[in-house]
Amino acid sequence: MTLKGASLGAMLASGEGEGGMHMPTLDELYPAPFWKIGDWFEFNRLDMIRVIAIAAVLLLLYLGARRTALVPGRGQSTFELAMGFVHKQICEAAMSPQMARRYLPFIATIFFTVLGLNITGVLPGFNVSSNALVAVPLIFAVCAWVAFVAQGIKSHGLGHYLAENLFPKGAPKVMYILLTPIEFLSTFILRPVTLTVRLMANMIAGHFLLTAFFVMTSYLMIEGGGLLKGLGLVTGAVSFIFVLFEIFIACLQAFIFAILTSVYIGLAAEEH
Amino acid sequence: MWLAEGAPEGISLFLPPLDELVQSIIYIGIVAVVVWKYAVPRYLKTLDERAYVIEGGIKRSQEAEEEIARVRAGLEGEKEAARMEAAKVREEARADANAIVAEAKSKASEEARRIQESAQRQITSERQSAEVALRKDVGALATQLAEKIVGESLKDQDLSSRVIDRFLNELEAETAAGKRA
Repeated sequence: MTLKGASLGAMLASGEGEGGMHMPTLDELYPAPFWKIGDWFEFNRLDMIRVIAIAAVLLLLYLGARRTALVPGRGQSTFELAMGFVHKQICEAAMSPQMARRYLPFIATIFFTVLGLNITGVLPGFNVSSNALVAVPLIFAVCAWVAFVAQGIKSHGLGHYLAENLFPKGAPKVMYILLTPIEFLSTFILRPVTLTVRLMANMIAGHFLLTAFFVMTSYLMIEGGGLLKGLGLVTGAVSFIFVLFEIFIACLQAFIFAILTSVYIGLAAEEH
Repeated sequence: MWLAEGAPEGISLFLPPLDELVQSIIYIGIVAVVVWKYAVPRYLKTLDERAYVIEGGIKRSQEAEEEIARVRAGLEGEKEAARMEAAKVREEARADANAIVAEAKSKASEEARRIQESAQRQITSERQSAEVALRKDVGALATQLAEKIVGESLKDQDLSSRVIDRFLNELEAETAAGKRA
């Protein structure tokens, strides 16, 4: 399992044998810390980006929720639009209206935090999302797991909930030898794992994609001659398109994480 | 550029270091508290208030519509009643008019008959008084005539007696004819 080896950019760079073009590698996501407390606490560039993103999310939440007028202003409208999106399109899409209200704080925390951390991947100066590191995706995936299991036990009782998920009704008894391990794996193991890996891998890939194009463009424009400069224009244009694409991906991944969590909770609560 | 520290290999890529885990939990916790205690309650409060106001508005407008419908139905009924009332009044007026005309007619013919009768009576009485007066005058004239006749030809006894008789007979006949007429 070497994601490092999969770095196309590194291979390209070595293949061209010029050494002037540093294609991104996973190492960049683990920069040296510039602040240390004792042996265990380190603070590096990505930690700083995470803090800034979190502060921005908190500030925007405060600015948006500061006023609660019946006829909203611009800031309040934007906030209500975003919160309404989480409420109606994510929570109520998967749960009953009462449950949607109850779980809205949880799902909104996931959506806004993930979105805020993702979007630094396309912000000039940051150019990397701290969700490319495992910590935040993993914490949210564990929270989602706890939430849907707790909801399932609350709605059906522990035994009934496990029975429903591990022994699907209507299958012949013999099939349970096959079905039960698959169901256990897919429901209780793969759900949090896929939540984590999907978000993290998307952010890593986005970072590589953008960085590769930026590096290529600058290399071709500065060091390339003649036709290669023209090629640099093309990669520049493509990198602009990929920036837009990554903005979309940042929003999409936040949406997917939130709606999957919401769907898992909704499914756990459902009567069979 | 930041110096790379080196990426973890293999599965440890998916195991966060403790410091990162602690930081992330703290940040997520802060965001969660702000969302849970501040942002979402304020959002839901506004949403509910707005829904309440809109529902109130819809209810009020429905009530107003019902009120209008009710008033309109009432007006329709009153209009119908007024139309019937008018028709009744017209009918009565027509009947009254007919009665008044008939009464006037009968009164007029009565009056006419009365006037005719009194005229008849007056004519009759005048004629009677005229007859009486005439009879008186006839007497006087007869006396005068008699005196003249007596004065002139009293010598002839037989003649004067014949004349008087004839005169009286004629007078008698005349009177009878006048009475018959």
